[in-house]
Amino acid sequence: MIHFVLLISRQGKVRLTKWYSPYSQKERSKVIRELSSEILSRGPKLCNFVEWRGFKVVYKRYASLYFCICNDQDDNELETLSIIHHYVETLDRYFGSVCELDLIFNFHKAYFILDEILLAGEMQETSKRTTLRLIAAQEELLEAAKEEASSLSSIIAQATK
Amino acid sequence: MNPFSSGTRLRDMIRAIRASKTAAEERAVVRKECAAIRAAINENDQDYRHRNLAKLMFIHMLGYPTHFGQMECLKLIASPGFPEKRIGYLGLMLLLDERQEVLMLVTNSLKQDLNHTNQYIVGLALCALGNICSAEMARDLAPEVERLLQFRDPNIRKKAALCSIRIIKKVPDLAENFINSATALLREKHHGVLITGVQLCTDLCKISPEALEHVRKKCTDVLVRTLRDLANSPYSPEYDIAGITDPFLHIRLLKLLRVLGEGDADASDSMNDILAQVATKTESNKVAGNAILYECVQTIMSIEDNGGLRVLAINSLGRFLSNRDNNIRYVALNMLMKAVTADGQAVQRHRATILECVKDSDASIRKRALELVYVLVNETNVKPLAKELIDYLEVSENDFRGDLTAKICSIVSKFSPEKIWYIDQMLKVLSEAGNYVKDEVWHALIVVITNATELHGYTVRALYRAFQTSAEQESLVRVTVWCIGEYGDLLVNNVGMLDIEDPITVTESDAVDVLEIAIKRHESDLTTKAMALVALLKLSSCFPSCSERIKEIIVQFKGNLMLELQQRAIEFNSILAKHQNIRSTLVERMPVLDEATFIGRKAGSLPGAASTTTMPSVGIPNGEAKPAAPLIDLLDLSSDDAPAPSSSGGDLLHDLLGVDLSPAPQQSGAGQPSKSGTDVLLDLLSVGSPAQSSSSTVDILTSNTNGKSPVSPLDDISSLSLSSRVNSNAGAAPMMDLLDGFGPSPSKENNGPVYPSITAYESSSLRLTFSFSKQPGNPETTNIQATFTNLSSNVYTDFVFQAAVPKFLQLHLDPASSNTLPAAGNGSVTQSLKVTNSQHGKKNLVMRIRIAYKLNGKDTLEEGQINNFPREL
Repeated sequence: MIHFVLLISRQGKVRLTKWYSPYSQKERSKVIRELSSEILSRGPKLCNFVEWRGFKVVYKRYASLYFCICNDQDDNELETLSIIHHYVETLDRYFGSVCELDLIFNFHKAYFILDEILLAGEMQETSKRTTLRLIAAQEELLEAAKEEASSLSSIIAQATK
Repeated sequence: MNPFSSGTRLRDMIRAIRASKTAAEERAVVRKECAAIRAAINENDQDYRHRNLAKLMFIHMLGYPTHFGQMECLKLIASPGFPEKRIGYLGLMLLLDERQEVLMLVTNSLKQDLNHTNQYIVGLALCALGNICSAEMARDLAPEVERLLQFRDPNIRKKAALCSIRIIKKVPDLAENFINSATALLREKHHGVLITGVQLCTDLCKISPEALEHVRKKCTDVLVRTLRDLANSPYSPEYDIAGITDPFLHIRLLKLLRVLGEGDADASDSMNDILAQVATKTESNKVAGNAILYECVQTIMSIEDNGGLRVLAINSLGRFLSNRDNNIRYVALNMLMKAVTADGQAVQRHRATILECVKDSDASIRKRALELVYVLVNETNVKPLAKELIDYLEVSENDFRGDLTAKICSIVSKFSPEKIWYIDQMLKVLSEAGNYVKDEVWHALIVVITNATELHGYTVRALYRAFQTSAEQESLVRVTVWCIGEYGDLLVNNVGMLDIEDPITVTESDAVDVLEIAIKRHESDLTTKAMALVALLKLSSCFPSCSERIKEIIVQFKGNLMLELQQRAIEFNSILAKHQNIRSTLVERMPVLDEATFIGRKAGSLPGAASTTTMPSVGIPNGEAKPAAPLIDLLDLSSDDAPAPSSSGGDLLHDLLGVDLSPAPQQSGAGQPSKSGTDVLLDLLSVGSPAQSSSSTVDILTSNTNGKSPVSPLDDISSLSLSSRVNSNAGAAPMMDLLDGFGPSPSKENNGPVYPSITAYESSSLRLTFSFSKQPGNPETTNIQATFTNLSSNVYTDFVFQAAVPKFLQLHLDPASSNTLPAAGNGSVTQSLKVTNSQHGKKNLVMRIRIAYKLNGKDTLEEGQINNFPREL
């Protein structure tokens, strides 16, 4: 089971945190501090696994971002690496060659996509196409709601003129 | 967006924060935003609620407190529109965790949304529930989730399946409700539903044995078929990763098969073929393929044995290990660790490669490899492996040395074939990484050194040499100081030279130099300095020529700020100055430390160990140090494991042998062949005395002093019966009786094998007496009738008596007459024992006992040793 997912920039800034196991807010910031110092200091050729507090943290660096997933000790580390890659590819398809700035300004979208791939610390969907289709469908709902709101407000605006 | 609204857009806030050049600037921006958001919250502003929450989430990720926004999440979730709910649920998952009370308030909204007509809203609710629900929420909402497992849209079914995992983990009793709908998911074609269904079943099987049985019976074949279809499926772009169709599903299926195959031969049998296919056919040049192989190997190693498959699995691990990719090597080491128990021999083949991994530049790999090497060590390969590891110790990085040192020490002490090798290796470790060596390790080394009598000279010389080069290693210094104190004369006189040694010349003042360096080093801590002081005192007696110099060194510490050092210095100084006559006896060499004692201590807690090894008992004449140890030991050991009534268990026997020595004064007092009445009286004396060591020694000493005259022992007995406190009344009466019987007839032989009864054990609550008889013609065997009397006013139930004897004795215990012991001496329990003494006439009987009973339903345990058996039993 995945306990949490972290996205940390090379400068140690947090870009995304997702917790599937109960950690209090205080513990969360401690975890982030501990792990980012441990992971950011590792050299480029080393393996992508860090043993930490009886868990296993699998991380992979894409450009300036570190994607980290904390697993149980006996989970398949190589699969976790593939999950990270799967997520990155999905982001890439969604944003069209994704970069860190996309994830900063659209952090909520990164969360929404993650929520379509993982749930309760387990794999939810293995098809990128399905994931993106679901995201698109929900965004249509948003657009529809926005249009409705703006048409409503224009009606109100006209009525009050 | 209304241009006149207060506050900025999310994008603008992020820009402002990113534009901040200093942390203080960033804090100012955040403070301003937070203030605006608080104000909006207070005004109950609805239009920008979701924008404010989005900002709060960003602020939260930067690490600022955002608790004031929690209620906004709930309000958004409760609002009707999808956009508000979506951001509300996201905030809920990010800003709250399951332990917060606020979360309970959301249960009702969740319930409504789970029943919503819009499937995306249902999806949002399931997502939130799956990620943060608490046990209470799980209980409340389980029926809704269960229903959604059959929802028409597969995307809801898969979310519901994962939600169910969270629910059954939080509330395992709910597992049963999910079994049927979960197994139904295994027949689905939609990958998302299938993979979530497989995961749900895996967790169900782990939680409930009933579910495991059900899935194993009903679904094993379906799962095997699904995996086969998947492995053979043609290229499908939607799920393809590096030429493999849906590796994630592969892995989850293999994982579930593992759970089903574990401990069930039939299920294991039915999956053999497909596992073999996956293990051989999967491409291993990409991460995804290797992930599948890895999972497959893990499944093969866990399910019921099939020799051929295991060989296949370990071979693929071997390939993994020689891979250049660090990730693959790491995984291989990890897996070999699990394979060791299944097939140690096969793993041994890869030893050389594993040893290379210990020296890898990657800390994660080093750690794994070291742990693996540690399990691979055995008696046959300990020498080369230890050598490799110790060699590596010299070049290893500092943060790895602690781990490495601990493992080396453990390997060396566990498998060392001979003492000299052990001492050599430990000296190497101490000189390389003495500062990483734990206290108990060098304590153990000292115990071994004292026991290797013929190596004392060799060891002290080797230590002397090591000290010249590695004086910065604290524990090396300590061991050196101790050994020079004890064996300084051997160092100087080159006693016990071994052929392999190079001769060295060390003068007496060289030896004292070492101690002076040790005591004056700035880095030396209190323990080292104290040990050095003791060592100096010891040398002062065996190196008379350095006596003055030693005195000067000790005097310097009379004013030391550390109380311990000051006190020792003052005491030692007065010994040197005023008590020349007793000095040499005071500082005699330590008697050999008892290895069994040390092991016993180690099994318990450690602090005691320090005092035996670091404090050569200066104040006490050395003769008594030895008996003291086994006594403590007995107490120690009797508290761990139950002494078996039969004569087995190595440690125990050691102890009992040790016990033999404990009443040393008694034996010396009765040195003459036991012909005279005094001996019988002496026996009786010891018989009457309680088993506790302290009072028995006192008694015996008093009788010893006037043991020559035939009359005075009687006086002694009377004085004894007065002085022995608690049990005097009980003990004295039988003794006087016996005196009447035996006192006048000093020749025991004539009476044939008749022996006085003894009170073998007595406590405030219980008395145990032994009476003896022998069969004629079989002097080695003694029949003992044990009688237990209850001295308290409560009945003892579940009464059990156990006894243990050393190796030269054989013990047979008959069943007791009853397991209930009536109160206040109203009856007794008897039990007969038969003891055969293989060293009859040379050694006396000795026995350790343990009595267990229930007093008012509470377990009580009493233990003791009996060493007051009449002689010649």
